[in-house]
Amino acid sequence: MLPDPSDKREDASASSPYIRRRRREGFGPGAYLLFTAIMFASSVRVPVKDTLTVIWAAIMKKPIPPIRASSIILSVRLPRVICVALTGASLSIAGAAMQGLLKNPLADGSTLGVSSGAALGAALAIAFEITIPWLPFAGTMVMSMAFAFLSLILILSLAYRLDYSLSTSTIILIGVIYSMFINSVLSLVITFAGDHLKSITYWTMGSLAGSSYKNALVLLGAMVICGSLILFHARELNAFAIGEDNARHIGVNVRRVKLTIMITVSVLIGVCVSIGGTIAFVGLVTPHMVRMITGPNHKRILPASLFGGATFLMLADLAARILFNPRELPIGVVTSFIGALLFVNIFYQTRRGK
Amino acid sequence: MAMLEARDLTVRYGERAVVDGVSFTLEEGRWLMLIGPNGAGKSTIVNAVAQSAPYTGEVFFRGENVRRYRPTELARNIGILSQNHSVGYSFTVEEVVRLGRYSYAPGIFSRHSDADEESVERALELTGLTPLMEQSVLTLSGGELQRTFLAQLLAQNPKLLILDEPTNHLDLVYQKQVFALISEWLREPGRAVISVVHDLSLARAYGTDALLLSGGRPVYCGPIEGAFAPETLNEVYSMDVGEWMRRMLGQWR
Repeated sequence: MLPDPSDKREDASASSPYIRRRRREGFGPGAYLLFTAIMFASSVRVPVKDTLTVIWAAIMKKPIPPIRASSIILSVRLPRVICVALTGASLSIAGAAMQGLLKNPLADGSTLGVSSGAALGAALAIAFEITIPWLPFAGTMVMSMAFAFLSLILILSLAYRLDYSLSTSTIILIGVIYSMFINSVLSLVITFAGDHLKSITYWTMGSLAGSSYKNALVLLGAMVICGSLILFHARELNAFAIGEDNARHIGVNVRRVKLTIMITVSVLIGVCVSIGGTIAFVGLVTPHMVRMITGPNHKRILPASLFGGATFLMLADLAARILFNPRELPIGVVTSFIGALLFVNIFYQTRRGK
Repeated sequence: MAMLEARDLTVRYGERAVVDGVSFTLEEGRWLMLIGPNGAGKSTIVNAVAQSAPYTGEVFFRGENVRRYRPTELARNIGILSQNHSVGYSFTVEEVVRLGRYSYAPGIFSRHSDADEESVERALELTGLTPLMEQSVLTLSGGELQRTFLAQLLAQNPKLLILDEPTNHLDLVYQKQVFALISEWLREPGRAVISVVHDLSLARAYGTDALLLSGGRPVYCGPIEGAFAPETLNEVYSMDVGEWMRRMLGQWR
């Protein structure tokens, strides 16, 4: 039975569409405030005032106050928090974009196997010491981007051949099989890695503990460029979220948009994986929670996912650090734990809806 | 110049030709009915003209090959209503209809014009969806969903409508309304309609031209009256169509 729309009808006549639209846009600033609050909250083990003075002094290029923890704050904690926020934002907007493009609320770098592919690329680069001539440090990054893109192409073309409508279960099944395959190849690479064994194992765990400012800068660059490219395609993603054929019928350049989104998503995932390893399910959890608040329109989901993702991953990082203090969990463990539960929930709901 | 012209249209899925060498022309102000049994290739013709299915042969819109049109340009000229609709996320009816205006302002910075607002409002009104405009498309019935996509199509305001079973999922009241709506729409100069219909009475009542298909091959192409010659119809459907229709209608006397 259909719900009775009579009460909604009155509401619709009372307010024009313009007013309704404006009311929903308060979400962006709200997420931003939360973001700032978390920035401070994640430094709680040093008095908040000390943290603020040290950061302020560093920003204003004044002499650093003689607080014991100042070097911890500036060279360990701050770059880590920044990297965590940027990784969370990047993975979340990438997830939101894929969920729109594929019309599938379970699509994400980790569920599709794109992250595994990127990790394999990074591992190969480390094991065989692949470098780019002018940018020696970019070898792992470029390799993981390339492998992320190849994985995405491979998974999607296989999915299209098997099931043109790209139903939820087909994509997930292919993602799982692909991840298993890639992980077996990864184990093979590790077996032959020898001296590099330790640094490769680090990739499979997912941790941002050793982040530097250089990493933060790369993440920021990738997020600004790819993030804005994705934001510019909000309307096209809405059309894809309704259906690819419908998108074509209303005049969306389906091929071009699909390619653009796939490349930007691969770059984002590649950069994140090469810096922080595979942090699973972030791109699944954030857009899902955001969608519950903003509704399915990508003009709101995408920016909200940026802030929401940063917030979520910072909270996860905080939990990873303080839950079993002084022992620290890898951040991927926390996100996987939350993500897996949510995954089951979404899958259950979408299957029951049929 | 003909509005739409298809020359030797052929669509193959693997070895099998689903549509085999179909040619037709459509003038302004005409309503072409694609008629034929299931699997005759009616929807495939629609998909080919919509550029959703790979085809050989050529399709010309106002003398220009449709392959050369940019996607937004094509959408402003040819609008398509598919046979099946599935929606995954809880967009509102209004959001779906509003997307019909995409081709008029595809950029992220382009603003909604008054014309956009007006055509969205009018499309919602014509399809009787104004009371439902705030409702999530996931909660709609099949008929309401069909009308939502019809409203999106009207908001898109193309010159040529291609409708794949427009009265699919619709009850009698809306069947009548939709056909009345489209024939009203067709009255303005510079417009034409192609539709796939299974109801032969509807085809006969509203169509001006007919393309009768069987197994992907054209059996008849011309004015609508000619398509209802008993021998042709009986051959295409392999049954006595006239006898069956009379028996069905006879019940109402």
